[in-house]
Amino acid sequence: MNAPPETYLLDRVELEGSHKLSVYRKHGGYKALKAALRMAPEEVVGLVKDSGLRGRGGAGFPTGLKWSFMPDPEKDPRPRYLAVNADESEPGTCKDRILMEDDPHGLIEGILIACYAMRVPTAYVYVRGEFRKPYERVERAIRKARKAGLVGENILESGFSCEIHMHKGAGAYICGEETGLMESLEGKRGHPRPKPPFPAGFGLWGNPTTVNNVETLFNVPFILNRGAAWYRTMGTESSPGNILVGISGHVERPGVYEVPLGTPASRILDDWAGGVWHGRKLKAWFPGGSSTGLLPASMIGLAMDHDSLKAAGSMLGTAAMIMLDETASVVRAMEVILRFYDHESCGQCSQCREGTQWLHQIFARLSRGNGRMEDIELLSSLANGMAPGKTICALSDAAAIPTHAVVEHFRDELEACVRAGGSPVTEQQPVTAEADA
Amino acid sequence: MSGSEETTSAVLPAELVAEFDELLKCYPERQAALIPMLHRCQEELGGWIRPEVLEAVADYLSMEPVEVYGVASFYPMFFLKPVGKHVVGVCHNISCELRGARDILAKACEVTGAHPGGTSPDGRFTVLGVECQGTCTNAPMFDLDGTYHERLTPDDVERILGEVE
Ligand SMILES: Cc1cc2nc3c(=O)[nH]c(=O)nc-3n(C[C@H](O)[C@H](O)[C@H](O)COP(=O)(O)O)c2cc1C
Ligand code: SF4
Ligand code: FES
Repeated sequence: MNAPPETYLLDRVELEGSHKLSVYRKHGGYKALKAALRMAPEEVVGLVKDSGLRGRGGAGFPTGLKWSFMPDPEKDPRPRYLAVNADESEPGTCKDRILMEDDPHGLIEGILIACYAMRVPTAYVYVRGEFRKPYERVERAIRKARKAGLVGENILESGFSCEIHMHKGAGAYICGEETGLMESLEGKRGHPRPKPPFPAGFGLWGNPTTVNNVETLFNVPFILNRGAAWYRTMGTESSPGNILVGISGHVERPGVYEVPLGTPASRILDDWAGGVWHGRKLKAWFPGGSSTGLLPASMIGLAMDHDSLKAAGSMLGTAAMIMLDETASVVRAMEVILRFYDHESCGQCSQCREGTQWLHQIFARLSRGNGRMEDIELLSSLANGMAPGKTICALSDAAAIPTHAVVEHFRDELEACVRAGGSPVTEQQPVTAEADA
Repeated sequence: MSGSEETTSAVLPAELVAEFDELLKCYPERQAALIPMLHRCQEELGGWIRPEVLEAVADYLSMEPVEVYGVASFYPMFFLKPVGKHVVGVCHNISCELRGARDILAKACEVTGAHPGGTSPDGRFTVLGVECQGTCTNAPMFDLDGTYHERLTPDDVERILGEVE
């Protein structure tokens, strides 16, 4: 390994009692909030803009710019909200959980600064229902922070008041999509809303709302403490800072690692994750969760940042690298993923509802030996009918993108699968059909 | 509260109602409390949401039962039919699949006597294949009654499920 890069995101998680307020304070906790409260809200927005921070929820939207879309409360006196996206359900992604469990005050401080900057008095943290421990940790941390005068009325005597509420989801992937999340928070089915109108104008209960991911907000106190210039010393020009990369699947040391944006994927695989397991070779990898285009091993030298992966026809997504070794069946992997999108499509758009179902069935029959050569073109034409921009939300794109990628990069395997009468790798045969129900 | 407080109080214990009264203060609209309320009902009232509970919740929120049903049935975590005393959710999404989720599911079924998606004949266990649980770097895993068990081997499955009362 070269000199290890500077870290900050995970520096506290190994500390004894890292989730406690006393430990957080001992390590400089809530200093950034104090600093923010001495600035004008617009200055805080400006600082986050200057840092170049981009959302860590998957789309990579510039955070400061998003905040600046919130209307001026002087001119628009409606209630306003921050919704914290802690739904974390993109397959491969498991980073927000660590921050919530092991450093909940870091998230709370980020929420408070974001609320101050946008002059928002109420935040909701929408946590996926299965995340019991992360939920409890953040809930308890809010209680402690409230007792210490850090949450609630007149925070640190500044005149700024902010309440943070916890809210539990109930197992639907689509509620991670920002407008699905808002519907769900209102107590409805998580059906995404057409955009426009955008959340900043018409969000929770029709009021101005910003939705941010947990890791995005977690970056904010560091920017306040150390400055935008410092932030830009890490990462790349257009993707500054460090990011939490979860690397899972066929590697020696699966884990969540903090790396500068722009780190080559090959380095993450070898230096952090210990390489492909059992001394095998890499066959394929998802760079940022199952919604990003599957790439062949030959592209493992790509840099993990927004521009590099986009140029390669994939996406940084949630930076959740899922690694498949040479024995894995790409067709079987696609069957699993399309079963997931089929199951999770909310059904509002026919292109998505039917497209995910068709893609799932085609990958299933390819992997079980009933595929036809025409199926390969059918995959492409179906995926073309589903995206881009043809549906209310991007779940349809999330199913279409990896499908296109597989046809592009793994056509040989698809064809071999048809000729051999099934997924060629016995080790990767499917679970029983029943189990997929 | 709505007109028929009697329906509510007959089904929902007073402590839960008190909790819900507090919960409502977090939101500008009553309906927002629905999903958190359903979670608490399922936890406290038998592991699934019985029709009368669903109606009582609707009543408390001044909603139609069919509206509450429409919401509850959208979310995989809510059971609208009885389940076993213990629920095992084995993740069968990609990262877990790549690290042997099939063997974990098969073992869980073997140990409990349940079929995937079903309940064991003795009513003790329901075993489900579930989607990504957000702990993919610790694959394979299952959730047993709300607690994650990670980096499992089939032997672990046998031991963990064997120790359940
Ligand atoms: C189908 C779908 C699922 C999503 N799931 C999540 C999720 O679980 N967590 C998350 O933070 N963002 C998720 N997103 C992205 C959100 O819509 C939104 O862009 C993000 O929360 C914005 O926060 P950020 O700007 O801080 O990244 C999802 C998007 C789509 C289309
Ligand atoms: S694209 Fe799919 S998930 Fe999104 S709104 Fe349409 S049907 Fe629902
Ligand atoms: S794929 Fe199993 S926890 Fe994410």
